Amino acid sequence: MLKIENLTAEIDGKQILKGITLEVPAGEVHAIMGPNGSGKSTLSYVLSGREGYEITGGSATFNGIDLLAMEPEERAAAGVFLAFQYPVELPGVGNANFLRTALNALRRARGEAEVDAMQFLKLSRAKIKALQMSEDMLKRNVNVGFSGGEKKRNEVLQMALLEPKLAILDETDSGLDIDALKIVADGVNAMRGPDFSALVITHYQRLLDHITPDRVHVLMGGRIVKTGGPELALELEAEGYAKVAA
Amino acid sequence: MNTMVTGAAAFLGRFEGLRERLPGGRTPWVAKLRAEAAESFRAQGLPGRRIEAWHYTDLGVLAQLGFTEALTLADEAPALPPARAAHRAVFVDGRFAPALSQLSAGAAPLAEALDATQGRLGALAQTLPIVALNTMLFEDGLVLDVPAGVDAGEMELLSFATHAGRAIAFHPRHLIRLGEGARLTLIDTSIGEAEATYLHNPVYEIAVAEGATLSHIRIQREGRAGFQLSTVLATVQAGGTYDNFTLNAGGRLVRNEIHVALQGPKAACHMNGAQLVAEGQHADTTTFLDHAAPDCASRQTYKTVLAGRSRGVFQGKILVRQAAQRTDGYQMNQALLLSDDAEINAKPQLEIYADDVKCSHGATVGALDEAQLFYLRARGIPADTARAMLVEAFLTEAIEGVTNPLAQEALSEAISGWWQKEAV
Repeated sequence: MLKIENLTAEIDGKQILKGITLEVPAGEVHAIMGPNGSGKSTLSYVLSGREGYEITGGSATFNGIDLLAMEPEERAAAGVFLAFQYPVELPGVGNANFLRTALNALRRARGEAEVDAMQFLKLSRAKIKALQMSEDMLKRNVNVGFSGGEKKRNEVLQMALLEPKLAILDETDSGLDIDALKIVADGVNAMRGPDFSALVITHYQRLLDHITPDRVHVLMGGRIVKTGGPELALELEAEGYAKVAA
Repeated sequence: MNTMVTGAAAFLGRFEGLRERLPGGRTPWVAKLRAEAAESFRAQGLPGRRIEAWHYTDLGVLAQLGFTEALTLADEAPALPPARAAHRAVFVDGRFAPALSQLSAGAAPLAEALDATQGRLGALAQTLPIVALNTMLFEDGLVLDVPAGVDAGEMELLSFATHAGRAIAFHPRHLIRLGEGARLTLIDTSIGEAEATYLHNPVYEIAVAEGATLSHIRIQREGRAGFQLSTVLATVQAGGTYDNFTLNAGGRLVRNEIHVALQGPKAACHMNGAQLVAEGQHADTTTFLDHAAPDCASRQTYKTVLAGRSRGVFQGKILVRQAAQRTDGYQMNQALLLSDDAEINAKPQLEIYADDVKCSHGATVGALDEAQLFYLRARGIPADTARAMLVEAFLTEAIEGVTNPLAQEALSEAISGWWQKEAV
């Protein structure tokens, strides 16, 4: 599904990604672990199309299509979803309006009928309940005044509504207490299936107690330095990045 | 001889030619008022950029256009937007249009009610040159009285400018008075035909008595070749409230000047507004808040969005007189620049003579936030829609304070889709 080959990228002339090769087959969940500054967030932004990153070499394809040539909204329409490490606040934009606009933009791009306000309400209520969120969140402005945990749950709510094929979760566990972590993990696990892949980017192993990855990759200094099964995450937690990568 | 004086001379020449035929031309007190205004205007001329209050708004183009008076043809009714409220006063090219209006009790056209306005017309007029121009040449206007204790609900004031084939000027004078404890929401809209070149120069004299509340919603959507220079002069007595929301969305060059004096204890004023300025437009909001009594509160929030080659101006002065102890004043103006060729000039001013006051002001200028834009696009929302959403979000805060549902609806309609229509 996602195939990254020898990808290099820089920001402001500074090379961050130094040749990443990685493949996430359909239906699999892969974790990327790495210390601060290893390039984890850069990888997620490059894959989702944020401006300011220059791709200097290599490729990234999604179901055979060149991902890097697409606009961010085209990537979303193709089924790529980025759960932001720092969800952005949108004062003056109601959460319900935002979610419905996004859902309908994707449905339009996919040639599906748009949902009206009533259909949307019904759809979103079910997802909100599953995430143990308050319905008030729909009435508030997007992420404005949300706690850290509420912001992350709002990301997972968006994912649940938009039903991507590939979800990139950028440190979705940071700032979550253990209960919220479980809810978020349940949200991701509920989407698992033959047509859903995920790239779970995390600093710590604890999220992976709840979302068991098929593969774990260690990202250090802009390169994947080691790949293994779920046990690699435990090894990293016990022994630290420096030792495992050595 | 420079253009400023030429501009004044053309208007003065029209006054000389018309003075007998203008309403009240043979009524001594009116004739005297007009003659004094003409002297004041003659001495000052159209304000030039050397005058500090007009530094950012150049009226040179007005002087060149050589406006003539409007010839009202009442037999051809323009296509007006549907009425929003039960009562509506319609002015076409500055003249009251009885067939298009449904006046409430207490409302009358100025040209008919002039005799009854002695001592009231001009009572609040200052020596401002644009007000003098209006006093010299006013043809008509709305005289509106809401008696003490009456809640008059909503009422509409609509100005419509027709395409006359030549540049016309009209100078309506509106006199609005709310008695003790009275209430009114006035939805005041200015529109004009797209090709029409005209100057709309309304002056409002507004008196809000003790405990009365006037909510004045101004929706300026003049035609794109139209000019509007408007002046609101309002006084508020103890416990009264004057709220002004002005949306500046049309016209080629527009200036709204709002002067509010809080003259009794615990009077309040909320002045909010939004300016939508697109290619080739100039929009200026200039406010003057005079805190003259203790325990008064004022709030101002103005938002300006600029696209293409355009210019916006916000000047806001708060004066707190020595008697105005425990004044609570707040002013914020924010600008969103959507193009590299847009310009905003912002000048807040505080002048405080009382020692126990709480006054603050702030200003921000910026472009659309790239992080917000990316967040929306990453969710599949196309870039243009995402920009429109962020522009509307920016403006939403400005109209949030307008609580009257009819006024809310009118403002939302004017704002929604502005980006797609004007700014692409």
